[in-house]
Amino acid sequence: MKEEGDIIGKITSAQYKEGFVTDVEQEFVPKGLNEDIIRTISRIKDEPEWLLEFRLDAFRKWQKMEKPSWGHLDLPPIDFQDIIYYAAPKKDSERPREIDPKLQETFDKLGIPLNERKVLAGVVAVDAVFDSVSVTTTFRKTLAEKGIIFCSFSEAVKEHPDLVRKYLATVVPSGDNFYAALNSAVFSDGSFCYIPRGVRCPMELSSYFRINARGTGQFERTLIVADEDSYVSYMEGCTAPMRDEQQLHAAVVEIIVEKGADVKYSTVQNWYPGDAEGRGGILNLVTKRGLCRGEGSHLSWTQVETGSAITWKYPSTILRGDNSSSEFYSVALTNNLQQADTGTKMVHVGRNTKSRIVSKGISAGKSQNSYRGLVAIGRDAAGARNYSQCDSLLIGPLCGAHTFPVIRNSCPSAVVEHEATTSKISEDQLFYCNQRGIPPEDAVGLIVGGYAREVLSRLPMEFAVEARKLLSVSLEGAVG
Amino acid sequence: MQDILLNIKGLHASAGEKEILKGVDLEIRRGEVHAIMGPNGAGKSTLSAVLSGKPDYAVTAGSVTFAGEDLLAMSPEQRSWAGLFLSFQYPVEIPGVTISAFMKAALAARRKAAGLGELSASEFITLMKEKMAFVGMDPSFSKRPVNVGFSGGEKKRAEIFQMAMLDPVLSILDETDSGLDVDALKVVADGVNAMRSPDKATIIITHYRKLLEYVRPDRVHVLKAGRIVCSGGEELADVIENEGFDKF
Repeated sequence: MKEEGDIIGKITSAQYKEGFVTDVEQEFVPKGLNEDIIRTISRIKDEPEWLLEFRLDAFRKWQKMEKPSWGHLDLPPIDFQDIIYYAAPKKDSERPREIDPKLQETFDKLGIPLNERKVLAGVVAVDAVFDSVSVTTTFRKTLAEKGIIFCSFSEAVKEHPDLVRKYLATVVPSGDNFYAALNSAVFSDGSFCYIPRGVRCPMELSSYFRINARGTGQFERTLIVADEDSYVSYMEGCTAPMRDEQQLHAAVVEIIVEKGADVKYSTVQNWYPGDAEGRGGILNLVTKRGLCRGEGSHLSWTQVETGSAITWKYPSTILRGDNSSSEFYSVALTNNLQQADTGTKMVHVGRNTKSRIVSKGISAGKSQNSYRGLVAIGRDAAGARNYSQCDSLLIGPLCGAHTFPVIRNSCPSAVVEHEATTSKISEDQLFYCNQRGIPPEDAVGLIVGGYAREVLSRLPMEFAVEARKLLSVSLEGAVG
Repeated sequence: MQDILLNIKGLHASAGEKEILKGVDLEIRRGEVHAIMGPNGAGKSTLSAVLSGKPDYAVTAGSVTFAGEDLLAMSPEQRSWAGLFLSFQYPVEIPGVTISAFMKAALAARRKAAGLGELSASEFITLMKEKMAFVGMDPSFSKRPVNVGFSGGEKKRAEIFQMAMLDPVLSILDETDSGLDVDALKVVADGVNAMRSPDKATIIITHYRKLLEYVRPDRVHVLKAGRIVCSGGEELADVIENEGFDKF
């Protein structure tokens, strides 16, 4: 019998079709990180004093912090003085309100229409972020009619300072962790979203993050507030050019879910993963956390992670309100030399809180893929329930899959279940597909799609189609 | 149209170091049903695996032409597109992939290879319904993951369903009858009989005569120790049934 490696193990680099660079004139702050740089960023963005203070305070905390090293990751040293912390396309001084046609073209090419007329009515509103600034946010007026605020974070600071100040850093404090502190000091743009009481957001909201400039880092900050009995489905996507150098993306996302509100947060992460030899790619070091503050509130995370050289990301929920609930559905795919350490934390504080974790790891090539999760149940969380399912799928003999689940239960009436499986795409499955006329690459796509189906089916329709394609494309070359 | 559909000449094949087929010669004409019988370890399943291109086997000598083309030069999927179908002895489970999605992918791939566009959703559904009814499969199976949790009989029925969907020129049934009760056996037989036509052929690989009572073969071959040691008409199956393989 031939070695499995002969058949499955032929690894070539996957096609990354978003790897182009937009040739646009940009303005930068000088390379490096110090209080002056932070003041400069704050000044460019014309921020109020309290926000500058918030940044400086975070920076001082960050300076005293150590880089976390507990991830199952071979993280290269990052020279934080060798990064440009702010890059923005120059505005045409005569037409400052118009979108540069080159940026328009860029987002068109990425399939993100910035022109509302081109979009089918009422489908998706987009906040498009290019390096450190938001280029535009579509459907703002339509949404405003319902009292929904959807704009860039920078605009929110100017137009809704009270709301921003009320909620900023209430879920992820500025000193939460090393990368969150860094983000709090230097964050540039991201999205702000407020759904008023009792309002059901009539369309999907989405943010699209694009890294373009060389030598820069992207530090997005997103804040979503769902007031009582409201509903919103929010999606984020992201891509970056192909480069030999690695680029840092350190985001913070905070979500506040009030009584009876329901938030669905979906991510399709497609940052440049680096080449087949592990050169380049995005270092995706991200803190995402939601607070189910009110009774009966609900937050659902769905993520499809196919990109980045390194992913360090644990979208988490604090279930404070009684009867609140949360889910984490994840597909994390790594190929070539990609590394992912991703999972979730479900912190049960309130009574009868429920959480469900479904994690599907897919490792191919020489990649390393880890699930890391914490289910913490507090003393007073009577009747709390968690169900976790962590599956790993291995493609080829050279990759690794790891699971680090932690359960801390301080409440006798809580019920916690954990299931885990590890499987391989077998030669027999591939041959069965081939015999029916399905070629090897399509067969792997089909099998992986089937494996990830439970998660993919949670995504909004337009995202699910893209995610399915992305899984296939990311595995291109994983089968010889 | 060429009369000889499959022509196997002096076929030697091995798995690893071990030679299993030691010079198989077999000619199958369009319109014929051939039965290949033989004891355990004779090389029956190896023959079906080699014909369908399973990567675990190496052909060390001989040739196989299929409709005049060099079969051994084709990849497994190309063989499938050319009209070769294997009903697996042990159908494989594919979790999360529904029968419907699986058949859609299979049909799309072969239509693409033939330069045809995809079937419309309604054409596909109509075809699925028709073929499921043909093998007496409950329509709910279309939403079930391929072979996952199927009973032995359900798996074999699903194989015959796939055969009907893909409408092959040459069907190879690798011990499709093993472990089936009489009702399931009839489903398989009805499927094969309904697909008999002057331009198609079937190879039935089996231990037992039972299936051959329902699907009457034109030729019966005895495969033993990697060679076809005896060929004859359907009466040969009776000889085997009564006297076993030892006499060959």
